[in-house]
Amino acid sequence: MQRIYSSSLQKINQISQKCWKSTSTRVELTQVRYPKLKRGNYSVISDKHISTFEKIIPGRVLTSATDDLESFNTDWLRTARGNSSVVLKPKSTEEVSEILKFCNQERLAVCPQGGNTGLVAGSVPVFDEVILNLSLMRKIESIDTASGVIVCEAGCILEELDNVLREKDLMMPLDLGAKGSCQIGGNVSTNAGGLRLLRYGSMHANTLGLIAVKADGTVVDALNCLKKDNTGYALHHLFVGSEGTLGVVTKVAIQCPRVPQAVSLMFLGLSDFASVMETTQRAKGFLGEILSSCELMDLECADAVVQNMKLKLPLERMPFYMLLETSGSNAAHDEEKLNAFLEAVMNQGLVMDGTVITEPSRLKAVWHLRECIAEALLRDGYVYKYDVTLPAQKFYDLVPFFNDKLKEAGALRCCAFGHLGDGNVHFNVTSTEFSYKLLGLIEPSIYEWTSKHRGSISAEHGIGLKKRDFLKFSKTAEAIEMMRDIKQVMDPNGILNPYKVLPAI
Amino acid sequence: MARVLVGVKRVIDYAVKIRVKPDKSGVVTEGVKHSMNPFDEIAVEEAVRMKEKKLATEVIAVSCGPTQAQETLRTALAMGVDKAIHVEVTGKDLDTLQPIHVSKILAKLAQDEKADLVIVGKQAIDDDCNQTAQMTAALLDWPQGTFASKIEKGDGILTIVREIDGGLETVKVKTPAVLSADLRLNEPRYATLPNIMKAKKKPLKKLTPKDLGVEIKAHQEVVSVEDPPVRQAGSIVPDVDTLAAKLKEGGFA
Repeated sequence: MQRIYSSSLQKINQISQKCWKSTSTRVELTQVRYPKLKRGNYSVISDKHISTFEKIIPGRVLTSATDDLESFNTDWLRTARGNSSVVLKPKSTEEVSEILKFCNQERLAVCPQGGNTGLVAGSVPVFDEVILNLSLMRKIESIDTASGVIVCEAGCILEELDNVLREKDLMMPLDLGAKGSCQIGGNVSTNAGGLRLLRYGSMHANTLGLIAVKADGTVVDALNCLKKDNTGYALHHLFVGSEGTLGVVTKVAIQCPRVPQAVSLMFLGLSDFASVMETTQRAKGFLGEILSSCELMDLECADAVVQNMKLKLPLERMPFYMLLETSGSNAAHDEEKLNAFLEAVMNQGLVMDGTVITEPSRLKAVWHLRECIAEALLRDGYVYKYDVTLPAQKFYDLVPFFNDKLKEAGALRCCAFGHLGDGNVHFNVTSTEFSYKLLGLIEPSIYEWTSKHRGSISAEHGIGLKKRDFLKFSKTAEAIEMMRDIKQVMDPNGILNPYKVLPAI
Repeated sequence: MARVLVGVKRVIDYAVKIRVKPDKSGVVTEGVKHSMNPFDEIAVEEAVRMKEKKLATEVIAVSCGPTQAQETLRTALAMGVDKAIHVEVTGKDLDTLQPIHVSKILAKLAQDEKADLVIVGKQAIDDDCNQTAQMTAALLDWPQGTFASKIEKGDGILTIVREIDGGLETVKVKTPAVLSADLRLNEPRYATLPNIMKAKKKPLKKLTPKDLGVEIKAHQEVVSVEDPPVRQAGSIVPDVDTLAAKLKEGGFA
């Protein structure tokens, strides 16, 4: 028995080595890649600290001495790696409160973490901040089918929440590619956007209330479950989108829509961006109230998906692809609206080809083509990822602006995809490995360009570490000052997610 | 040149969660998303490709079922099939409908339409019967090539590579023949817009089993339909020795 066991262990090791081979090159430490960053005046973790943590959350303190903390320290995009030696996994708001109270007293910096799927290095430490991981806080407290409100802990995974809700004919108001790993606390703290913001609104709109813990351990109970509650300042909104810098969200109340009776997805191929714009306008006209998603991907993105993810597209290679989804309460009515729209755009030569999908099995497969673009690009090696909001006509302009100069400097792909309906484009550049030269050609140029065209330098990904120095391109000096004032009130010792969001002074 | 008859079935979409009816008489189909049986899609794709390679002159799709079966036929038409035949079966007859009846219907249609080839999916994902192709061949007294993962046309014969438990088996059958499509035969195309539009104008004929001289007579009775047993939760053991001991206990080592 022993022999069989060890030889199968060997096989498992061999297989996992093979899987890791492509990703086994360790990500460079953030403090090495960005030498200008200076560690703040925080305490260094000591054995006394560890034993106090052990008393608060026995058995749930991970240290680098006994555990592999690499995945907690490295971001999903493999662009940042912290140097933390402690990961804490609390199970309740009370434990989070005790932990933060202690860290505040001891001036220990803390990095709150959920699913660690953020794209701006906001969920991993920069130096040795204590990682406060909420993955164990997974309880769903209640689902009120009459009002459509779910109350659950911050560590609940988005896809799992959606699955549970669907049993009751409800669904989560947001959907993003990371749904299998991202946690609702993180979604709320980053005001996550996603594929259906167009229809169901942002996290600001859908978060009715929450419980958050301040830096000093005070529990702020703003857990309102009512649609209408005008009783003083809307405190929960302060935490939504603050990326863990004003407090740690531990419980949320989310407004959930009903599951639509009829969902249709159109995958269309177009020859130029002018046609894309015209088709979007037609879609809003013909489909208006049933439109639930309006997405774009260009040919380079499609090629990445085909080459790196080994998937097939429903259509031939074309310069642009649009995904238009409709969600309605009557399949026959929706089919009529869809047919009218499709006839119009085909007859006017706006759309070159396309397909319509209504079967659940096919819907998942075709959405996957769009949702896996991030992963497909990541497999090229290194991704320079940008997320800006631009005026509609300028949605695609970044690609022609940068393409030639970046390809000359060694970039593999220069492409764009994103939430066409929201004016939110994900501009991505890939290379086989990180290059300061390429980075220098893109930043700050892209932010200057965006600012010049009155866009937002971060539509939905947030600021995190990666964009803090460029905040000025989208916020005035006075606005940034006010943000600092609020941070000072909420977290005087600056222990919550330091080095993130606000620019270095 | 060959006229190909393709059988397609409307089944509950495989991504939908199946619910057993409280009275255990069957599964809930009301308001549940249906689509073409995946293996039938592969059969349609193969037939359409034959036509594109000029190995077939005409492809006819057939479906037995309620009015909604016409949606499935429209999908087949949008994939490139030339015309469709809907054999309407509703109500009690629909509950009684079994592969034996479908085979009789397909056999009669194969003769009426002078088909040289009948292709169906190897089995339907709702009943997993895997009987229609075989019975249709027997009724017609035609050779059969089932679980086909490759079809090559020769002069009056077809070379079929079949997926079997032991590996792959190659058989040669004389036409006319009945084939059933297996997973690796091809990857079905998505129906694209111009074809979806064209499909609306393609002929769709409606018949009843009676028109074909087939009686939907019950040969068996469904006693009950139940959920499979709930999967037992696993347990986390503290160390390797305990794991080894438990495996031994369970007879796995």
